[in-house]
Amino acid sequence: MPNFFLDNEDIKFLFSHLDVAHAAEITEEGFKFHKEFDFAPENAADAVDNYRRLLEMIGELAGEQIAPTSEETDKVGNTLNADGSVTRAPGIAKAIELLGQAEMMGFTLPYRFGGLNCPNLVYTMTNEMISRADASLMNIYGLQGIAETINAFASEEIKQEYLPDMSNGKKTGAMVLTEPDAGSDLQAIKTRAYQDKDGNWFVQGVKRFITNGCGEVLLVMARSEPEIAGGRGISLLVVDRGPRVKIRRLENKLGIHGSPTCEIFFDDAPGKLIGERQRGLVPYVASLMNGARIGIAAQALGLGEAAYRVAREYAHSRKQYGTSIENFPALRELISDMHVDVQAARTMTYFASYCVDVELGATRQLEFGNVPDGDHKKELRATARKFSRANGMLTPMSKYYASEMSMRLANGAMAVMGGSGYMKDYPVERYLRDSRITTIYEGTTQLQVVAAVRAVSSGTANTLIEELLTKKAWPAEFASQVEQMQQGKALLVKAIEFVKAQSGTEYMDLMGRKLVDMAMYLIVGALFLDQATASETKKAVLNRWLFWRMPELRMNYEVITSGNRSAITDFDVLAGPVPTLQ
Amino acid sequence: MAYHCIVCAKQVPDTKRITGQAMKEDGTVNRAALPAIFNPEDLNALELALAIRDQFGGTVTLMTMGLPAASEILREGLYRGVDKAMLITDRRAAASDTLATSYILSCAIKMLPHDIVLCGRQAIDGDTAQVGPQLAEKLGVAQITYVEQLVDLSGKTITARRHVGNGFEVVEGKLPVLLTVMDTANVARPPAARKIMKYKKARTPAEVSGAVAKEMGEGAAPEAVAAEAKKRCAALAARGLLIDQYDLDGIKADLTWCGRSGSPTKVHRIQSVVLTGSEHKAIAPTEDGIRELVAELIEDHTIG
Repeated sequence: MPNFFLDNEDIKFLFSHLDVAHAAEITEEGFKFHKEFDFAPENAADAVDNYRRLLEMIGELAGEQIAPTSEETDKVGNTLNADGSVTRAPGIAKAIELLGQAEMMGFTLPYRFGGLNCPNLVYTMTNEMISRADASLMNIYGLQGIAETINAFASEEIKQEYLPDMSNGKKTGAMVLTEPDAGSDLQAIKTRAYQDKDGNWFVQGVKRFITNGCGEVLLVMARSEPEIAGGRGISLLVVDRGPRVKIRRLENKLGIHGSPTCEIFFDDAPGKLIGERQRGLVPYVASLMNGARIGIAAQALGLGEAAYRVAREYAHSRKQYGTSIENFPALRELISDMHVDVQAARTMTYFASYCVDVELGATRQLEFGNVPDGDHKKELRATARKFSRANGMLTPMSKYYASEMSMRLANGAMAVMGGSGYMKDYPVERYLRDSRITTIYEGTTQLQVVAAVRAVSSGTANTLIEELLTKKAWPAEFASQVEQMQQGKALLVKAIEFVKAQSGTEYMDLMGRKLVDMAMYLIVGALFLDQATASETKKAVLNRWLFWRMPELRMNYEVITSGNRSAITDFDVLAGPVPTLQ
Repeated sequence: MAYHCIVCAKQVPDTKRITGQAMKEDGTVNRAALPAIFNPEDLNALELALAIRDQFGGTVTLMTMGLPAASEILREGLYRGVDKAMLITDRRAAASDTLATSYILSCAIKMLPHDIVLCGRQAIDGDTAQVGPQLAEKLGVAQITYVEQLVDLSGKTITARRHVGNGFEVVEGKLPVLLTVMDTANVARPPAARKIMKYKKARTPAEVSGAVAKEMGEGAAPEAVAAEAKKRCAALAARGLLIDQYDLDGIKADLTWCGRSGSPTKVHRIQSVVLTGSEHKAIAPTEDGIRELVAELIEDHTIG
């Protein structure tokens, strides 16, 4: 009877180590909801106990009900029917039903819309467990940000209409952004939104690569101001699945076969405007995408964890040359680092989720809390600003690191298993296929780096690292680790100075990934340091991390401060002539 | 029409998690070493009852007989949406066999309106599959055992498909009726998050008394303990969180039919059986049989 929460020591450790009670205080707004809803928690201990129970329950659902269907789901995928409807894989359909019955589809929504009002941190943990069971299910379960976006920006009328059915799982949603000629560059979208003479909105155009585009609630980004090019001409609308919304095609993909990827034709489909005109891309979709990036990081964590587990077990039980293959040094190194890697990504992602909770809490109070002018309000403003800045960096970093980690781990697991891993007898080849998308969608790795490097170069990373490294007096036994990280930080400062001294942003973009990596190694190191004071295991993890990543940090420093631009200047020679493809 | 369903459930040791200490020296089950769970097929019975209520309306009452600790499965029922939960607990019911148990349950059920009584096919600890059928006899209602599908329910007529070993039969009966439900009948719904958040605080009076006695310590006067327990029970009741509890007097049971005196089953001897043979499979001594065997061995990578 596998339970993906109870069997995961690291998630359990982080649940008790992170300040979940503080996250609860923020989201429960002083536990005021209990008066209106008898199930809402009365205090922090009550809330934390709720979260633990919910995690246990979703851990059980994931382990017992969902994971056993993932192989079949991968095989059968979705079917586009002649009438334009989509039939889901049976395992996915059943899982959505179960998650709806479990009241888990409105995890972070307010109680009044049938939600659970849980912190993002806890939601991220559930997303990881769901993905470990079936990564493709996360593309539906993990799309709760769509409901959150409606909750954050739509009118009360629209909230009332959509949110209760999204909470109970009767309706699922889709973020309808991408078009054939507008992928990463969303400002270029052409889909049109227009009003008739009575003021009713309609949507006209084609959207492509839409995850769960066959869902019932479509959040569509469309150009409402034809005369304004770029992001300022874009609005966000909610469109119901109906006769004017035609699914034209389901993509045939490398992985995540349980997730339907649709091409949609909006044939003058009626819609409703979310919030205000012209604010579609910024701030609405920008906010939606930030949440979705944390979601993808959690999806990658689930995949990484699943891959690590299969590899760990296999290396232990597989015998060659008269011994378990885990006894060979190369395998010991590979598997140890796989485990450290997934923990690093988890630490980063959970920390980012926690910071999102703190930011949202402060913003919500400022907006709706009727906080009187004074010191408390100033404090809230400072918190909101500080965490907004941190999240602008931590979110793309988590998405970048976790997604790359999941590929490394799926690849590593296949290396451990050799020929067996390459066969369909084991799920590792599926993890390899499924993990590949995590570095692409919701912004590619390269785009996450672009987003993060701006924050790193403006000093946000240094401030955070300094704060983490000096937040308490560390026990004497960690002196050398702290010293190593301080030295690393000095190199990061120098590397940033060097990059900023170059003219334009070209060099920063060229060295972006290396710069972001330096910052990330130190942030994760500082988080591991804090954990190491509470756990012997984490002490070993911290030491391994520093042993592994500090030399890389120094190497990155050397490369960054070389000033070498050959990839740009010698591109024609190094890349060679453009071949003619057959 | 709406139906009143009563589900009888048992808290059992989780026999799927057998460890070294699962059995005592004398061959009886060491209940302390195994986690206590909702008997799996009783969950299927519960799911069928909830599905009937979802479709036709009515109520679902979950009932269990056992120690105060069995209240945990009643909470699990509340998490899944039962309207009412009921614990029957009494020291005098200890050592009840299936006959005494079914008698006690029948006394409790007779106090309530009941159109359909549902039990799991059998419990994973005793594996007798007797309580359901005996209960139907004592209630004087028809029974359909080994139910794997509810085919139809209209008015006072029920049609169900029952498993008969190597096939199935579809039978029709008149309500009130007792069903024993198989694990193949459905997938039990998961607990609902908001109900967990509410009903995790639900308690039976026996649990409240136990907790109060523990808090106040051994030296506390029994009257003081009782008074405090009463106060807490009233507070729980006001919030809809007090689970109904009855003793044998409360359900008007004849004590001679309960507990040891009402249990003709006597354990003669317990033998610890160690299976020596391993699994086997018959292969037909034909060309086809051998071909299938070889194909299977290749498929398994045993050969080739």
